[in-house]
Amino acid sequence: MGNVVGLLLEALRYDFILKALLVGTLIALCCSCLGIFLVLKKLSLIGDGLAHVSFATVAIALLLSASPLLVSIPLVILASFLILKLNEHAGVHGDSAIGLVSSFSIACGVLLSSLSGGFNVDLMSYLFGSILVISNMDVTISIILSSVVIFTVFFFYNTLFAITYDEEFASVIGLNTKAMNYLISILTSITISLGIRVVGTLLISSLILFPTVAALQISQGFKSTLVISSLISISCVILGVFLSFVNNLPTGATIVLLNALAFVLCFLVKKYRKG
Amino acid sequence: MNSILNIENLTVQYGRHEVLSKINIQIEEGDYIGIVGPNGSGKTTLMKAILGLIPASEGKIEFHPQLQKKTIGYLPQKSVISDPLFPAKVKEIVSIGLLGKKRFPQFFLQKDYDRIEEILARLEILDLKNNKIGNLSGGQQQRVLLARAIVSKPRLLVLDEPTSAMDPKIREEFYQILKELNEKEKVTILLVSHDMGSIGKYTQKMLYLDRKVVFYGNYEEFCKSSDMTHYFGQFTQHQFCWRHSDGKCCWASSGSTQI
Repeated sequence: MGNVVGLLLEALRYDFILKALLVGTLIALCCSCLGIFLVLKKLSLIGDGLAHVSFATVAIALLLSASPLLVSIPLVILASFLILKLNEHAGVHGDSAIGLVSSFSIACGVLLSSLSGGFNVDLMSYLFGSILVISNMDVTISIILSSVVIFTVFFFYNTLFAITYDEEFASVIGLNTKAMNYLISILTSITISLGIRVVGTLLISSLILFPTVAALQISQGFKSTLVISSLISISCVILGVFLSFVNNLPTGATIVLLNALAFVLCFLVKKYRKG
Repeated sequence: MNSILNIENLTVQYGRHEVLSKINIQIEEGDYIGIVGPNGSGKTTLMKAILGLIPASEGKIEFHPQLQKKTIGYLPQKSVISDPLFPAKVKEIVSIGLLGKKRFPQFFLQKDYDRIEEILARLEILDLKNNKIGNLSGGQQQRVLLARAIVSKPRLLVLDEPTSAMDPKIREEFYQILKELNEKEKVTILLVSHDMGSIGKYTQKMLYLDRKVVFYGNYEEFCKSSDMTHYFGQFTQHQFCWRHSDGKCCWASSGSTQI
């Protein structure tokens, strides 16, 4: 036991661990704040689709030697608008629209990465996440943008809840449902672009889905779902960073597995309560 | 003239398919109107057009200037929200009804929570306030949604088949609540229903739709109209009129054609 505590204290002496914990916690909070709206609006797949888009945008950034975060955010936002527009105007179903945009982006990503000399270490680190090697600039951008996401959700919480429960009713009482849907898209795009740093493009949608779906197993109200999913999300990231440091495991995968474990635990709690 | 809603020449199309054709009706303040018609006759479409959820292809829908969009209460068809997994407490659902009148940031104050409790108590569901909506029975859920619709004290209440999931006792209670709202608070009510008997018993006026207005007026006119006897046959006309009760229709009260 003393050994573990010693290792944890040692971990906290490292600058990169502290940065990973700070950025990871904020991004975990963003993911759980948005997850509840996406899951309940049945838009879970948008997270996955936009993560694929971010693969292409990272490839573009690496080709241009620019910051992947700064290139990704605007492009992923545009892609999310494209998905909404395809759905609204081109008569394409929501899930098909996501499929179209995400596979097109993966193809672009593969082409671009071959132009820049194939799958190199950099691109791999974006596929699976590399929160332990994060630059100071990325830390600053992540703190600012995740605060923006969290505060926006805080201020629009009641309206977002209203359109998630019943969009038609929200529109009847005069809430701007269209603007809110675009707001959710923008916030999701920002969160995904930030989150690929933590768990990578392949795993980011799990960070959005797992905490919310786990919380849904045991919660009664909307606010309590949000609180429980945030607690799950944050504790999985913190625990994941430590575990991966101590046991020398890949951080992103560890975090996702912990989330899966949290889901199983919540599911069992629900079964036990019913039984 | 106390007309709060004026619909002129309203035509609604889905693609090339005309669902409503040249609808002309005027709704007065305090009206309680039952909207009936066969399946696919455009009842729900008319409601949605009034609520601004579907664009009109032609014609216009004019509200009284004092009746802004935010003072309309709406109770959608039951089937619209049926996700039993949705995590929301009764009080959270009802709070949505108050958002229309709030400016950014739309946070709730103590007086809003008091108002929510007041409306829940009035509909006799205060003890359910912390329950998850998905765990309630159909009738209880409808009451919660009615609470959401009237918590903001709307002047116009639009209800789309509210009683289809209710058993007869709960349905009676539900109509009683609507009657009180209409009589005591002068709320104008538009009620779409398949439940012909209750419509005739509770509402003051009837709008019979079949893509166009077949009949619009009070029950006395309906019962006397030979056009309507021709259109429906005497038996159906009788059902709408609620002639076997002592309420609305002239013939029943005069006793000339008791059945």
